[in-house]
Amino acid sequence: MSTTNYLTCSKGWKSWFLTLDHKRIGVMYLTAVLSSFALGGLFALAVRLELFQPGQQFMDPTTYNRMFTLHGAVMVFLFIIPSIPAAFGNFVLPIMLGAQDVAFPRLNLASFYLWMAGAVFFLVSLLGGGIETGWTFYTPYSTTTADSSVVSALMGVFVLGFSSIFTGMNFIVTIHQMRPKGMTWFKMPLFLWAIYGTALIQVLATPVLGITGLLLIVERVAHIGVFDPALGGDPVLFQHFFWFYSHPAVYIMILPAMGIVSELIAAGSRKEIFGYRFIAFSSIAIAILGFLVWGHHMFTSGQSVAASVVFSALTFTVAIPSAIKVFNWLSTMYKGAIVLNTPMCYGLSFISLFGIGGLTGLFLGTLSVDIHLHDTYFIVAHFHYVMMGSTAVAFMGGLHYWWPKMFGKMYNEALARVCCLFVFIGFNLTFLPQFVLGTRGMPRRYFDYPERFQFLHQLSTIGAVMLFITFFVMFSYLLHSLVRGKPAPMNPWGANTNEWKCSSPPPFNNFDVPPPMENPYDHTNLVFDEKLGGYRAKQVINS
Amino acid sequence: MLVQMLTLANAVVAATTGEGFWFPEQASTVAGSVDFVYDLILWICTIAFVGIMLAMLILVVRFRKSKVLVPQPSPTHNDILEISWTVIPSIVLVVLFYVGAVKYIDMRESPADTYDIYVTGRKWSWSFEYPNGYTDAALHVPKDRNVRLMMQSEDVLHSMFIPSFRTKMDVVPGRYTSLWFNATQTGTFDIFCAEYCGQNHSMMRAQVVVHEQAEFDKWLAEASDYIAKLPPEEAGKKVFETSGCKQCHSVDGSKGIGPTFKDLFGSTVTLSDGSKIVAEENFIRESIYEPKAKVVAGYNPVMPTYEGKMNAEQMRVLFAYMKSLSAQGGAAP
Ligand code: HEC
Ligand SMILES: [Cu+2]
Ligand SMILES: [Cu+2]
Repeated sequence: MSTTNYLTCSKGWKSWFLTLDHKRIGVMYLTAVLSSFALGGLFALAVRLELFQPGQQFMDPTTYNRMFTLHGAVMVFLFIIPSIPAAFGNFVLPIMLGAQDVAFPRLNLASFYLWMAGAVFFLVSLLGGGIETGWTFYTPYSTTTADSSVVSALMGVFVLGFSSIFTGMNFIVTIHQMRPKGMTWFKMPLFLWAIYGTALIQVLATPVLGITGLLLIVERVAHIGVFDPALGGDPVLFQHFFWFYSHPAVYIMILPAMGIVSELIAAGSRKEIFGYRFIAFSSIAIAILGFLVWGHHMFTSGQSVAASVVFSALTFTVAIPSAIKVFNWLSTMYKGAIVLNTPMCYGLSFISLFGIGGLTGLFLGTLSVDIHLHDTYFIVAHFHYVMMGSTAVAFMGGLHYWWPKMFGKMYNEALARVCCLFVFIGFNLTFLPQFVLGTRGMPRRYFDYPERFQFLHQLSTIGAVMLFITFFVMFSYLLHSLVRGKPAPMNPWGANTNEWKCSSPPPFNNFDVPPPMENPYDHTNLVFDEKLGGYRAKQVINS
Repeated sequence: MLVQMLTLANAVVAATTGEGFWFPEQASTVAGSVDFVYDLILWICTIAFVGIMLAMLILVVRFRKSKVLVPQPSPTHNDILEISWTVIPSIVLVVLFYVGAVKYIDMRESPADTYDIYVTGRKWSWSFEYPNGYTDAALHVPKDRNVRLMMQSEDVLHSMFIPSFRTKMDVVPGRYTSLWFNATQTGTFDIFCAEYCGQNHSMMRAQVVVHEQAEFDKWLAEASDYIAKLPPEEAGKKVFETSGCKQCHSVDGSKGIGPTFKDLFGSTVTLSDGSKIVAEENFIRESIYEPKAKVVAGYNPVMPTYEGKMNAEQMRVLFAYMKSLSAQGGAAP
């Protein structure tokens, strides 16, 4: 096996910043989204600390409003939406196909630079004082507030949208055109189905966000009267536009996470995935149904009663494909040989947290109950269970799963499992109390609150601090592994998808000869080899 | 473990606050049924979640690699199973949708015989106008009567949220939105603004006071007559408090969103164009009706106009109140 790999094959900053290699682009994305995650996390910590007690602790209301806005905007637009597709999708997708790169490597690099440009716009608005409209940019507040950094933030959203669209297009074409001979649609790894479903949403929904953002900028600058009632516009129209993208965006976040979990559970159970077709179809079902439910964000907005009833009905239908996936994952574990390695622990953590996130969605889809819960902390808790408890946890799972492949180093597994447990505990401590705050009537985006809510807020803040420390430790051991980690075997988890059939880290061109087509979830041929510290094919022993 | 954590939290919180665990008191006709549906969903979810967690735990314990060594063959799909776990949740969801939608239509479509109160939301206060034209900063309503709030906003989105009534509706500029309820308990309950509206969003709170009908009539009659009944300074204080001025102007000298009223009357004010003017009746009147005409230096022109919302009587007592806050007693220098 050759000694150079994609990390060592060329040197110098140009070899990175002008690279067309999907793996290097994936690594750059990974660095970028993790930095955004850290930044967004700092904002979150500031918000939680301020809420430790009622009244003002260490920031005034306007600063607080900026903090929660920046937290939301950075986490959503810079971290979660690009996280799994852009970082892991880029790195893993071509290798899973046995291909050498994505269909359009230059477009791929272009979308990375668009991401960077979007991030710069965000930084500009941050330096300009920071937006305070909430990440939802509701009109007419966003068109009338004195704070003009709204414009640069919206430009950022617009540009990031293109980054997302390009990535989506690239993946769709790659999956259509570059599957190797013999890999029919139903022999693709499920992660690819998930990425495919995600890419469809990215391509179809994101343009609406782009247009909405542009309209908002024009409204602000030229007062054309689309959204501002004082000029003859309609603020509820903005909400329709906004959620037409932003609800499907929830599935841009959760679908790839589910894809990762399918891989983690199958590999961790050493078992063929149960109900492959149902999992694959449910990804596509979620992608389609996800377009039809945006109005459930608007049950109290002044939208018509009839519309609300229809949206509520449609919302419940999305629950079904999600439930199907959970049941299939559990069935996969049946009669398996479950290894509780770090990725598997994250997989199980995902199932629990997504369980809560999904089930609490039922309260919100139910019209009469949503009237009370809308815009309270119940919502905050619910979507954090979905976005952080599910997507970010799956992202961490993917990070621990593919880390040895990406960098050729093993991290400290014992420590990693402890951190996984602490993420779980810290997360629940932060967000379970928020459900109760919500039912008791605590509205979201409140700088100050009545004293009776204090105890629950304090539990939540303690949880947030715990999460913060845990993530700090996690980043430390990951970085440490880059320098001091044991070399990673080719196949540390015993999975059978193609990325485990090339060296860790992969060579520049992934494969000299495409690997033979096999069932990606057939683990029976792999045995653990103590010497390697990983798995290898049985035949090798026999010969 | 989660369930245990929940029960523990339940006990702790109930002990520290002495309230029901999930909800505040039920004070409207719909509250009971909203809570009932909530509890129903809670049961369904708890059963589903505990089921999933138990299954997961059992599977992990039973099929650990250290125990079973190698995976055992088992089918990779099963259509009967897939269909049943698609259909059974679907039935449950149809039921949830139905109970939720029926009550929602009830909550949104107000009955014919309502007592109407006009509500105005503005950054960052509420005002409530009763059928006789009297405006107050608190919402007073009779018990056991269908009350409808006709709501409008002067600036951005707000949302009228009364947790004890389990009801909420956005207040949208440029149109009326409405909300109805029937209060079943006398007492005072919180009103929150639930839609983010800027700097003091979290201070945009008010109260709803539920009276018996007779008490309510008496309260309204007395309250409406305040200009005649109270001394001018006190009546003016009431105008100040109920018209939303209080959210931006202090009376103790501290700087708010607008200048303080302490020692304002009769003083010399510097305007944003550098000119100076004495704050007497005409200037104050203009500041209230046309706030953007002369803007005080060092402040943003964010004050809403009160043209058409404040009559001469109210203006007169407001002057009296402002004079009482001024050391010069309003004597022009
Ligand atoms: C949204 C906040 C806000 C509200 C509500 C508000 N004001 Fe103001 N007010 C301001 C600001 C800011 C200024 C200074 C800028 C300007 O002159 O427009 C101001 C200026 C004034 C002035 C001139 C003060 C001076 O120092 O010369 C007067 C008088 C005044 N307001 C009266 C009122 C009264 C009476 C009410 C209630 C009926 C009221 N305001 C409600 C924000 C507000
Ligand atoms: Cu949604
Ligand atoms: Cu508000």
